[in-house]
Amino acid sequence: MAGRRLDAEGRAGLALISPPLLFALLILAAPLLTILATSFLTDGYLEIIREPTLGNYAQVFTDPIVRVVMLRSLGVAAMVTLVTVVLAFPVAYYVSFHVRPERKAMWLLLITIPFWTSYLIRVFLWKVILGFNGVVNTTLTGLGIIDAPLTFILYNVNSIVITLAHAYAPFAILPIFIALEKIDRSLLEAGRDLGESRLMTFWRVTLPLAMPGVIAATLIVFIPTIGDYVTPEVIGGGKIPMIANLIQVQMLALDNRPLGSALAVTTMVIVALVSVLFLALNRRFLRGR
Amino acid sequence: MKATSGRGLQAYVILYLLFLYAPILLLPIFAFNSGTVIAFPLQGFTTDWFAQMWGNATLRRALSNSLTIAVSASILATCLGVFAARASTRYVFPLKGGLMGFIMLPMVLPEIIVAMSLLVVLLGLGVQLSILTVIVGHTLICMPYAIAVLSTAFSSLDRSLEEAAYDLGETKWGAFRLVTLPLVMPGIISALLISFTISLDEFIIAFFLAGNEPTLPTYIFSQLRFPRAIPVIMALGTVLVILSIVLLALGEYFRRRGNARIGAKPTGGLL
Repeated sequence: MAGRRLDAEGRAGLALISPPLLFALLILAAPLLTILATSFLTDGYLEIIREPTLGNYAQVFTDPIVRVVMLRSLGVAAMVTLVTVVLAFPVAYYVSFHVRPERKAMWLLLITIPFWTSYLIRVFLWKVILGFNGVVNTTLTGLGIIDAPLTFILYNVNSIVITLAHAYAPFAILPIFIALEKIDRSLLEAGRDLGESRLMTFWRVTLPLAMPGVIAATLIVFIPTIGDYVTPEVIGGGKIPMIANLIQVQMLALDNRPLGSALAVTTMVIVALVSVLFLALNRRFLRGR
Repeated sequence: MKATSGRGLQAYVILYLLFLYAPILLLPIFAFNSGTVIAFPLQGFTTDWFAQMWGNATLRRALSNSLTIAVSASILATCLGVFAARASTRYVFPLKGGLMGFIMLPMVLPEIIVAMSLLVVLLGLGVQLSILTVIVGHTLICMPYAIAVLSTAFSSLDRSLEEAAYDLGETKWGAFRLVTLPLVMPGIISALLISFTISLDEFIIAFFLAGNEPTLPTYIFSQLRFPRAIPVIMALGTVLVILSIVLLALGEYFRRRGNARIGAKPTGGLL
């Protein structure tokens, strides 16, 4: 009897979920499987030869250009994640612990507004801010602080990192804020009552309890930044490509779809591995509690 | 001790907000600056760039394409999202976690991979690229966000209200239409608004799947290479900022009204 009822409910649930599921199968799963299959085929001139090979993956792992671009993407994504999360934590902490409850929603809105403006224009404006005749350099030379424009922020990896750290700021603040909000305030008082200093209470109580939020923030920032296409294109002018730019060049400009597919699959595997690593870390923190 | 550390933190937060708002604050400054080069010092005040923007035919075409895409994609994503959100909050069924995870996958997949794989398949099938193909792609990436918003709305529903409707002789569909739907309507409206905003600003899928049709982001991207075109883009950006703030405020308003209707406390943000 119970089994039959579960069956009926199961069927109703499956029937209900089938429209979005079919859509995702058709528009997402089928193309991803095509990419996976293509990555094992041989590239011929103007056409793809149906001959299975691991050559594309061999090229992905040995080609020096691919390696440079892949390492740059990983480095930029790691750097952006670190900078974004470290800068975001005090802001989330401030909103959670120092802002009055009825004003918290307004603060969150204040933090998310810049994120809803055109991504392309924001990226371009960072090029303007950091550029040769940009806001930072003209201001600093105008004030007589520097004689020549700063070069370490000019159209290079550093400017890509700053731009992306800006673009993904709300993504880091919100999960950390949610984790901080969940902390039982009496635990902090208990820490203080037991003779810990404010700093030690933060270090031994607040920070460990906030870790799930920090890990969520890390993942939410890392995944899209490693696949970012626009920022290297606009800031670097196409001269400092990241993995997304390389995939696009192989797929379209060079018309080497098998190699492009192998790059895409490798990127997905890296993203998946990093996600699994961080989710495992998160589980350990949750168990430790 | 407490006061000083609090003040230090406050100063940092203000600096951080300045960092967050720096691009948006510069946007109107350059949009009203009469100099053709986007740099300091400023030249003088002008509204020419807004006038040029208004008279630009390609821009109008890009705007109408973007609106068509955003309206269609947000409606499709929200409709599909209602099914998924209802199924995941109301029913237990086999493979639930896996299936829902798969549907939510576009949220964590680099967009370039979604765009490229879809493009390869469409070209392979000989499908003509147009705004239709962009609508399909945008529906896919907006759907997880719509589901996230809708799941919150559906999960805070009181089940006994539906059961009361059954007891009073309503059919399943009748109860859904008369009881459930009005209660989750604010959630549906915020899902529509969020999907609309995401689609309107989406670049990568539009760039690769639109063929020769411009959308607002791809038009902006094509103009960024020409220094002469930048002031008009700054004017356009200013208009877009104002538009998204209005949309965001509307979404927040409906979310709060929804919370008030189901008796929840008005806390938290849009996401």
